[in-house]
Amino acid sequence: MNAYSSDAVVVPTNRVDLLAISQIVTQGSRVLDIGCGDGQLLKLLEETRAVDGRGIEISQKGVNECVARGLSVIQGDADSDLTDYPDETFDFVILSQTLQATHQPRVVVEQMLRIGRRAIVSFPNFGNWRVRAALALRGRMPVTRSLPYSWYDTPNIHFCTIRDFVMLCEEIDATIETSMVLHRDGRKSTAFGAMLWFWNLFGQQAVFVLKR
Amino acid sequence: MAASGADIAGNVAAPAALARPRAQRGNEADFPTSLVAKFGPERPLKLDSGAVLTDFQVGYQTYGTLNDERSNAILVCHALTGDQHVASTNPITGKPGWWSEMVGPGKPIDTSRYFVICANVLGGCMGTTGPASTNAATDRVWGLDLPLITVRDMVRAQAMLIDHLGIDTLFCVAGGSLGGMQVLQWAVLYPERVFSALPVATGARHSSQNIAFHEVGRQAIMADPDWRNGRYFEMGVNPRKGLAVARMAAHITYLSEEALHRKFGRNLQDREKPTFGFDADFQVESYLRYQGSAFVDRFDANSYLYLTRAMDYFDVAADFGGRLANAFLGTKTRFCVASFTSDWLFPTIENKAIVRALNAAGASVSFVEIETDRGHDAFLLDEPELFATVRGFLSSAGQARGLK
Repeated sequence: MNAYSSDAVVVPTNRVDLLAISQIVTQGSRVLDIGCGDGQLLKLLEETRAVDGRGIEISQKGVNECVARGLSVIQGDADSDLTDYPDETFDFVILSQTLQATHQPRVVVEQMLRIGRRAIVSFPNFGNWRVRAALALRGRMPVTRSLPYSWYDTPNIHFCTIRDFVMLCEEIDATIETSMVLHRDGRKSTAFGAMLWFWNLFGQQAVFVLKR
Repeated sequence: MAASGADIAGNVAAPAALARPRAQRGNEADFPTSLVAKFGPERPLKLDSGAVLTDFQVGYQTYGTLNDERSNAILVCHALTGDQHVASTNPITGKPGWWSEMVGPGKPIDTSRYFVICANVLGGCMGTTGPASTNAATDRVWGLDLPLITVRDMVRAQAMLIDHLGIDTLFCVAGGSLGGMQVLQWAVLYPERVFSALPVATGARHSSQNIAFHEVGRQAIMADPDWRNGRYFEMGVNPRKGLAVARMAAHITYLSEEALHRKFGRNLQDREKPTFGFDADFQVESYLRYQGSAFVDRFDANSYLYLTRAMDYFDVAADFGGRLANAFLGTKTRFCVASFTSDWLFPTIENKAIVRALNAAGASVSFVEIETDRGHDAFLLDEPELFATVRGFLSSAGQARGLK
């Protein structure tokens, strides 16, 4: 049930979620990537999944790089600009490693479920033992390889644990279609079930696929 | 028909010697140094004002070659004081085309890949029928007898030109400012004929402040005793002062405080101390006066009235129950909108209103805001990020269009 999957592929250390996400997205689908950065994931999806991809990115530098690469990306803010989109505009709405940087994570996830048939959310697990240990044993806010910022300069203002996110999904009536934990080397473990406590302690990154 | 346009393309670059003495300037309105398409009484143009224009012409330039599939045509729309000479020597000023940084072989709008068309707008004074043209019915200069023109009328006239060239779907319609308004109007009026659209530094409507600036310019022209109720041609005069003042006021809105300060500061013009008079003591005054008088040599005062009015009347949402998104519902056109941080004439917020509406309509849209202190004029200047954006956008649109 929690066996490592066999199709492990090596990708840049702290963004193994991109590959996992690209394997979830179906061929030729309409995709919105919220917080698309320089367009790494969108480009990957266009090349491997032939998606009709759109992006929103808050940094103008990222947007300009995306558009220069031929991607359909606008400068915008996940917290305020999702309301512009009509219901069910996309097959997949993706929020990769951005949830923790939004002002209103709950509203953002709800908007994602409104404008997309599926929402894919990946985030760093704040319940990981390293994080817990930093706080419990050292009494310091954790600075780890996947969470490299100090408390005073971090863009990440709304951390959550895997268990927290599962609770949020219950509160907003979102159905968890798939859930997985990603390891630094690209391996993934799917289906939490009774092992939720375990992965909430040892998982570094989580990827959820939600639907209404 | 298209072939004739394409054949002539490339041979139209006018040598600098073509720059004409000012006395002949009026000729450019009737006999432009460019291609001309004439539309007789059998092809009338019904204007928004209700009037019908018969016997009109469109002066235009083309660059590059139309491919066999006729799928690589880009229409470039010019701004308020622009013309069809987008990438070739201007016949009046002898200067390079107004967007020669953007359009040409190997440039972002690459004329070795695309067939580029640029037409003087309806109401203009460089070869498309406008107030400086001769009214065939009376054999007199139109002057204020010409019905008022709207951006929609301009676009309808352009569509007649595109028909005349045998082109069904434009690969892209591109332009800044008033040109950007035309791009939006194209996308709304003929969505199925616009594969991609590139509106730059523009708005879906003219703001109250912008109407106010235009009104200052028009009043300056009409206050000039040489304006003669618009019939200055017959009287052998020209409202030079009024038009120059209009241009000076408008020119300030094309720049930014930062750019003015960077360029001129409070520096004095060829003098050590102020003269305690009303000479152009400051460099910025001297610069503006020069801009004003240079403009008068190449532009018609009545045309300035008509074109500023067309911009004032522009409001896409007004035709769609006040909701801009409704104008773009169901559109398949791919959009790329660009704005500039220091542009206070068409600020980012106006451009972003277009982007929001396009999103709400489910359209494909990209948006970049480019950091610069050069104000609205930045869209005409060497802005590498704009060039990279245009290249990226056109190349991905080209792939989708199946262009080689």
